[in-house]
Amino acid sequence: MAGTWVFVEQRDGNIRKVTFEMLSEAKKFGDEVSAVVFGKGVKGLAPEFAKYGAEKVYAVEDDVFADYNTGAYVAQMVAMINEFKPNAVLFAHSFNGRDFASRLAQKLEAGLATDAIAAEVSAGKGVFTRAIYAGKALAKVEITTSPILATIRPGVFEVVEGAAAGAVVEPAVAATAADVYQNVKEFKPTVSARPELNEAAVVVSGGRGCKGPEGIKLVEDLADLLGGAVGGSRASIDSGWLGHELQVGQTGKVVNPNLYIAAGISGAIQHLAGMSSSKYIASINTDTEAPIFNVSDFGVVGDLFKVIPLLLAELKK
Amino acid sequence: MKVLVCVKQTFDTEAKIELKDGKVADAGINLIINPYDEVAVEGAIQLKEKGVAKEVVVLSAGADKAIDAIRTALAMGADRGILVTQDAGADEYARAVALAAAIKDENPDLILAGHVAADDGSSQVPTRIAEILGLPHINVITSLDIADGKAVASSEADGGTQVTEVSIPAVISSQVSWNEPRYPSMKGIMQAKKKPVATVAAAAADNKVTIVEYALPAAKAAGIKVEDEPEVMAAKLGDWMKNTVKVEVK
Repeated sequence: MAGTWVFVEQRDGNIRKVTFEMLSEAKKFGDEVSAVVFGKGVKGLAPEFAKYGAEKVYAVEDDVFADYNTGAYVAQMVAMINEFKPNAVLFAHSFNGRDFASRLAQKLEAGLATDAIAAEVSAGKGVFTRAIYAGKALAKVEITTSPILATIRPGVFEVVEGAAAGAVVEPAVAATAADVYQNVKEFKPTVSARPELNEAAVVVSGGRGCKGPEGIKLVEDLADLLGGAVGGSRASIDSGWLGHELQVGQTGKVVNPNLYIAAGISGAIQHLAGMSSSKYIASINTDTEAPIFNVSDFGVVGDLFKVIPLLLAELKK
Repeated sequence: MKVLVCVKQTFDTEAKIELKDGKVADAGINLIINPYDEVAVEGAIQLKEKGVAKEVVVLSAGADKAIDAIRTALAMGADRGILVTQDAGADEYARAVALAAAIKDENPDLILAGHVAADDGSSQVPTRIAEILGLPHINVITSLDIADGKAVASSEADGGTQVTEVSIPAVISSQVSWNEPRYPSMKGIMQAKKKPVATVAAAAADNKVTIVEYALPAAKAAGIKVEDEPEVMAAKLGDWMKNTVKVEVK
């Protein structure tokens, strides 16, 4: 049982940043770090992982892995775990990562820590910190089943370069079309020039105080000026101003950008749960008593319809 | 077709979390059906209203008081309930083993659940159940059609949305945007009292994960708050963003 594996999050060769975050963090465990990548034409990605400390890159290429599907990916990973016996395997806490890790963990009758925000891994033991109640509390969990399995929240760990060999290993293909039980008939990529909520360095969210599409437009203008993502509180989602996938909070997404700007959001506890771990928080609200100010590093008691246009001009100076 | 829905009783999402004796305090906290599971219950009832499902069975694993979550689902329109009594400290593995054993006895054509619970946030149990039962699964769905022995669902995916087809029986987990759960009517609440709820003991399973410590997030230090003319406030905020946060302006 040795080595930490990081399962690569990618689609059509586009690697998600969380992969590099996991590689960077895994180096701290003091054990050999490897990247594991399934797909078509993925061998060539090896130098990308070497740059962030992957000594080995386990690359498995086959048509059956062209797109993520639980059955084939689990069959392949189980065969590789049995052959190479890693100490720990880390996945991104993405839709695919949590799906993959959950089914794998059950197949191995193993424990799994999902959505971890801190990790300490040694031989045969993993201790992970997880946000519970959408971040209103934290739980530290210990796993001693083998291998140690966890999904890691994107955007938490810093990316640190550190060159390593990145030697390509090509394990035997252990999955066939018979392992595939999900027929993905269609994939529609999100058409947006903005980054995804859980990967963005800046998130600007609008709430009830936006009053409608005009207020949301200001939120979007500010997000675009900062290269950020747009989010919303429950009020602006339920009003139909923004799509559900943009909801920040307990029944939406939990985000932790460098800067979170809450515009016209009072700060209900469900919303605070989704954003209070952001590094810097700024808020604009007309109500001086709004709870959002209690978690804000910079609070503006004012009308977003007046303040945001002035702020846009100020930032462009 | 028989549809079985797994529900978990969780804290109200408005609840403030406090610790007592190193554990999450539950005194005085309002308990609800996990909001993601509530959507699954609504989805099941709609399948029945469309004539696709004949019977909707609600299953919960937990303490005796979890029967309230089952009663709420029955009041919404589910037909009968099963409570698997299990220690509140069961982890995702033990929970999935207990639920899967009860599901096997029922042999449903479709198993629905929320994709994540609002309390532990694990998003593991539905997928683990599918693995135990050897069934296909689709997670985080936003729409569902059942026809010709197949389930076709739209779901959220990384970087987009997708449409996936699986054969049934299958385990399908819901995203909250799938539907808008109904409030139980007075009549529904009265009827729910007469609907049968069976109680069974959980299948034995040891936890695979140990919780070693609970903590509350560090309180945030008081920040700057300005109340002035809009021009002054915008200038100060812009200055803070540029010099403290060091934002990049596109």
